[in-house]
Amino acid sequence: MPGLMSRMSMIIKSKFSKALDKAENPNETLDYSYEQQLQQLQNVKRGIADVTTAKKRLELQYTSMQQQVDKLDGQARDALKANREDLAREALSRKATVQAQLGDIMAQGQQLEAQQQKLVEGEKTLAAKVESFRTQKEVIKAQYNAAEAQVRISEAATGIGEHMADVGMAIDRAKDKTQQMQARADAVEELTAAGTLTDFTSSGSDDIDRQLKEISHSSQVDDELAKMKAEIGPGEAPKQLEGGEEAETTEASS
Amino acid sequence: MIVRLLGEGQFRVDDDLMPTLNELDAAVLRAVEAGDERALWDGLQALADAVRGHGTRLGDDELVPSDAIVPPEDLSLDEARDLLADDGFIPGAAATA
Repeated sequence: MPGLMSRMSMIIKSKFSKALDKAENPNETLDYSYEQQLQQLQNVKRGIADVTTAKKRLELQYTSMQQQVDKLDGQARDALKANREDLAREALSRKATVQAQLGDIMAQGQQLEAQQQKLVEGEKTLAAKVESFRTQKEVIKAQYNAAEAQVRISEAATGIGEHMADVGMAIDRAKDKTQQMQARADAVEELTAAGTLTDFTSSGSDDIDRQLKEISHSSQVDDELAKMKAEIGPGEAPKQLEGGEEAETTEASS
Repeated sequence: MIVRLLGEGQFRVDDDLMPTLNELDAAVLRAVEAGDERALWDGLQALADAVRGHGTRLGDDELVPSDAIVPPEDLSLDEARDLLADDGFIPGAAATA
């Protein structure tokens, strides 16, 4: 079995030799090939734009996931302040899960960034090569000599085709990578939003928020109650009884 | 001879380097067969480093086919296996011809 290096060369070369077999009239072949190169260059530019857009969207998502982390952190603090260690624990465990995913996405995002820079570089090189092909084809046309021209066309076309395949492949890989990360970020976001990231929660969406609200409500009630008690002071027995009844009713209704 | 590092460009390297490159290439192949992605990346990295270190980069205006092509350094095991299978792993490369 041949190694990867030779295998790769064989694949790429076989893709281009087919197109070159048709080379009968050098002038036509050269012009046609040049037109195709210009088109390909456009495709490459579009591909880079696609990757850039996808990366931007991913960055936005990253920011919103970061906010999610901050929010969970805040919730944990609030819960702790309210002496609800269970809730705080729950919020922190969700935070850890989102954070782990964030770390992965960031590392991959950095790789993507590097790849993207290479793509832009590759596009520049390709543009230079296409321009060089344009000049060469005019020279070959002018000094037309069937056998010699055939060889030079083949060389130039294979050389440039190889480069186009290279850039094209790099774009495809970058796109794949972006999609993978996007899918992952989507999944994490969805799970976090639905509150189903962990199995601890049986209830729906922002149950932590709801419970926290309840706590703050009840502490507000407690505060007010305490204030009221202080204002009123220890009253007579019947009055205290009335208050007790009221409290029982509220409890029952809630 | 001319070697292309995919995603990077072409390099002109001395023919004397060929045995070294073949050895490194064989190590890469062994890594794929063993299913060891870490070794695969290390191997590809070593291959690319050898070409970069001993070769000179070809100008942007030179249009020559490569004698050998080195896959990207972050090639996954799956991609490598596809590459070694019959179809190759550059779908649509025919369309770019």
